[in-house]
Amino acid sequence: MKTAFKIKDVNGYYGESHALKDVNFEIGAKTVTAIIGPSGCGKSTFIRCLNRMNDLVPSFRLTGEMLHNGTDIYQKGRDIIEIRRKIGMVFQKPNPFPKSIYENVAYGLRIHGIKNKSTLDDVVEKSLKKAALWKDVKDRLKESALMLSGGQQQRLCIARAIATEPEVILFDEPCSALDPISTSKIEDLFSELKNEYTVIIVTHSMQQAARVSDFTGFFMMGELIEFDETKKIFTTPSNKLTEDYITGRFG
Amino acid sequence: MANKTNINVLWDKIFKVSGLIVTLLGLVVLAVLLIDIFSEGFSRLSWDFITHYPSRHPERAGILSSLVGTIWVMAITAALAIPIGVMAAIYLEEYAKKSWLTNLIEINIANLAGVPSVIYGLLGLGVFVNFLALERSIIAGGATLALLALPIIIMSTREALRAVPPSIREASLALGASRWQTVSTMVLPAAIPGILTGVILSLSRAIGETAPLIVVGALTYIPFLPESPITGEFPFISLAGLKDPFSVLPIQIFNWVSRPQHGFIVNAAAAIIVLLTITFMMNAVAVWLRHKYQKKIRW
Amino acid sequence: MHKGFQRGKERVIEGALFLCALLSIFTTVGIIAVLIFETADFFGEVSIFEFLTDTEWTPLFANKHFGIMPLFAGTFLTTFIAMLVALPVGLVSAIYLSEYATPRVRNVIKPMLEVLAGIPTVVYGFFALLFVTPLLQSLIPSLSGFNALSPGIVMGIMIIPIISSLSEDAMHSVPMSLREGALALGSTKLQTSIKVIFPAALSGISASCIIGISRAVGETMIVAIAAGLQPRLTLNPLVPIETVTAYIVQVSLGDTPWGTIEYKTIFAVGMSLFVVTFMLNLVSFWLKKRFWQAYE
Repeated sequence: MKTAFKIKDVNGYYGESHALKDVNFEIGAKTVTAIIGPSGCGKSTFIRCLNRMNDLVPSFRLTGEMLHNGTDIYQKGRDIIEIRRKIGMVFQKPNPFPKSIYENVAYGLRIHGIKNKSTLDDVVEKSLKKAALWKDVKDRLKESALMLSGGQQQRLCIARAIATEPEVILFDEPCSALDPISTSKIEDLFSELKNEYTVIIVTHSMQQAARVSDFTGFFMMGELIEFDETKKIFTTPSNKLTEDYITGRFG
Repeated sequence: MANKTNINVLWDKIFKVSGLIVTLLGLVVLAVLLIDIFSEGFSRLSWDFITHYPSRHPERAGILSSLVGTIWVMAITAALAIPIGVMAAIYLEEYAKKSWLTNLIEINIANLAGVPSVIYGLLGLGVFVNFLALERSIIAGGATLALLALPIIIMSTREALRAVPPSIREASLALGASRWQTVSTMVLPAAIPGILTGVILSLSRAIGETAPLIVVGALTYIPFLPESPITGEFPFISLAGLKDPFSVLPIQIFNWVSRPQHGFIVNAAAAIIVLLTITFMMNAVAVWLRHKYQKKIRW
Repeated sequence: MHKGFQRGKERVIEGALFLCALLSIFTTVGIIAVLIFETADFFGEVSIFEFLTDTEWTPLFANKHFGIMPLFAGTFLTTFIAMLVALPVGLVSAIYLSEYATPRVRNVIKPMLEVLAGIPTVVYGFFALLFVTPLLQSLIPSLSGFNALSPGIVMGIMIIPIISSLSEDAMHSVPMSLREGALALGSTKLQTSIKVIFPAALSGISASCIIGISRAVGETMIVAIAAGLQPRLTLNPLVPIETVTAYIVQVSLGDTPWGTIEYKTIFAVGMSLFVVTFMLNLVSFWLKKRFWQAYE
């Protein structure tokens, strides 16, 4: 299996507070990796490092290396824009732009200078299909994205991320604001997405991690306690803390 | 004990009524002011009043040159203050990292908003009229008012930008958009109604400004118009009028108020009606914009 | 190639935006530079001592005196009268709007009060000179046609919305729990407002009052129109006076040539005005900051 990310001795800080502590592991390409842990454990911080969204937090600082396809994301002079194009992200709360459904999906292409109408049409259709939204919206692409339901909005955000043809898609608790039916629709997507993309999901739901992921990492207080195949983590974890957490003794 | 409680409850009721009366006091004065001015000046309003130059004879005098002067000066003010103000606000809200410099800029803008307008007149006189040798011209007056309007435009624009949820910025950046792409395609369009509201309100303030323009050297008697911006020859646009002397509506009003003859007082009242109509209309547009878009955009 | 171009463009845009933000600093520097430059010239010819202690201000006459006191007396008098009107009315309506009024009433009254603040000051000048003064003369026959009382009152009315709106914001942001605590002890709304909310919001309210004072000190057209143009060291509100601001307008309207000592007086006077309002603004800024730090 190819390696997508290699995380080496990563430490992260918000000002004085130490949010990530000596994190080391590898994430395989075209797999679904779930990151679990109690709230405040650093799992969101971690995933937001992978496409440098934490650069937006002025006090944030990171040491160590995060290699994507062999080169460090944090290397000096790396083009952040290029990184974020290759490593897409879907957020906790659906955040469609206040524009039409079509323009939401086309946005990523437009900002990279693609103007050709038929190319755009093509990509919009393909992306919406991959996000299992095409049937719902194909007759109303010009309508405002804000008219969609919460679950549809989140799938639109996934389509939007797919449209720029990333290699990786990060999901930061993508279902925490959704109802169970919408959640199951999005969960169904993951197994299809991994055929083409490396998928990394932060989730607070252990059931979700168990259902959809191939690998699972367990974070606690900024440390990666255990990382292994999902099957193993949920049946025979090697660390006592992991066991306590997944059996519901805390968290 | 029970007696005291009753008295307190009584006081509470008294305040409830008297507080409302006191609050309405300002509005009563506003009504009296408007009635006074309309009863004095309304009969004087006519097409002739708007299309005539000022004159020694009150019944022949009009507001043409000062009204045109106001339009010219406001055009300059808007052309300078809106782009600069909006850009400064974008920098402070979307780009600036916390540092002593941005901190200083912020305190400074808050402070500039409290500097008396007549001081801006002295600034315009020193810098535009004399140092840059623009003379007592429309451009000097417009630039002075632009500096005066800037702090308010910057503050209201920042507020409008802040009302755009951060999740929109995150979403755009995560798709690989640059800062400027995010601002220009997402944040600005969403903030435009709010920005417009603030801009219109600040310009409606600037239109009534009198003191700074008097200091910069606007004249009280102007029997001609600035050179027209549209010419018959190529390139059909001329900015020569910018260097012309000028008057504005509030200065014309001031001039008429200070004259003893009752005919000029009537003229002043009529000119005030014109000025108030313009400012109220601008305010109404601003309020309407705010109302319309508050309803429309739900995040 | 394209990427480098894109990155360069981003840099240029950020630079341009930064320059625009920096312009505000240049404005302040410009104000201070112009004032200091011209004022220094002025003090080359007139001693600071005379400027601060002489009791007469007659730079436009043959027998020149350069004492700023009469002008500041005029400013003080009109400001004082304005605050006598604006403070009680503004604070009472702030309490009413924040603690008593239903949201609907507040939503109707507040924008209407803001209209008051949006009326051009030259209009208030007209109103003071031609409506309020004659009205007051029928009550006080000794009141002269130009006086400090009438423009002071009108200025106060203009300032009401500033004080009431900013104070209301301050009181409104006092945490609900304080209000509930007081009401649960059986206080009436009035007692709660005066004994709990008002003190809790005091620094915010003071900030708004100082902004009101600063506005009154810097107000120009109302006093230039209705207070007269006679510098006079007096606290009598019934006679013509001249304020600091009105003097600047008076000289600007005349045909005093640039570069003469008469002309330079307006910068010296402007400098004094700037220093006073600047300090008031700083105090208000500091109070406001303290208030918001306490409740955020």
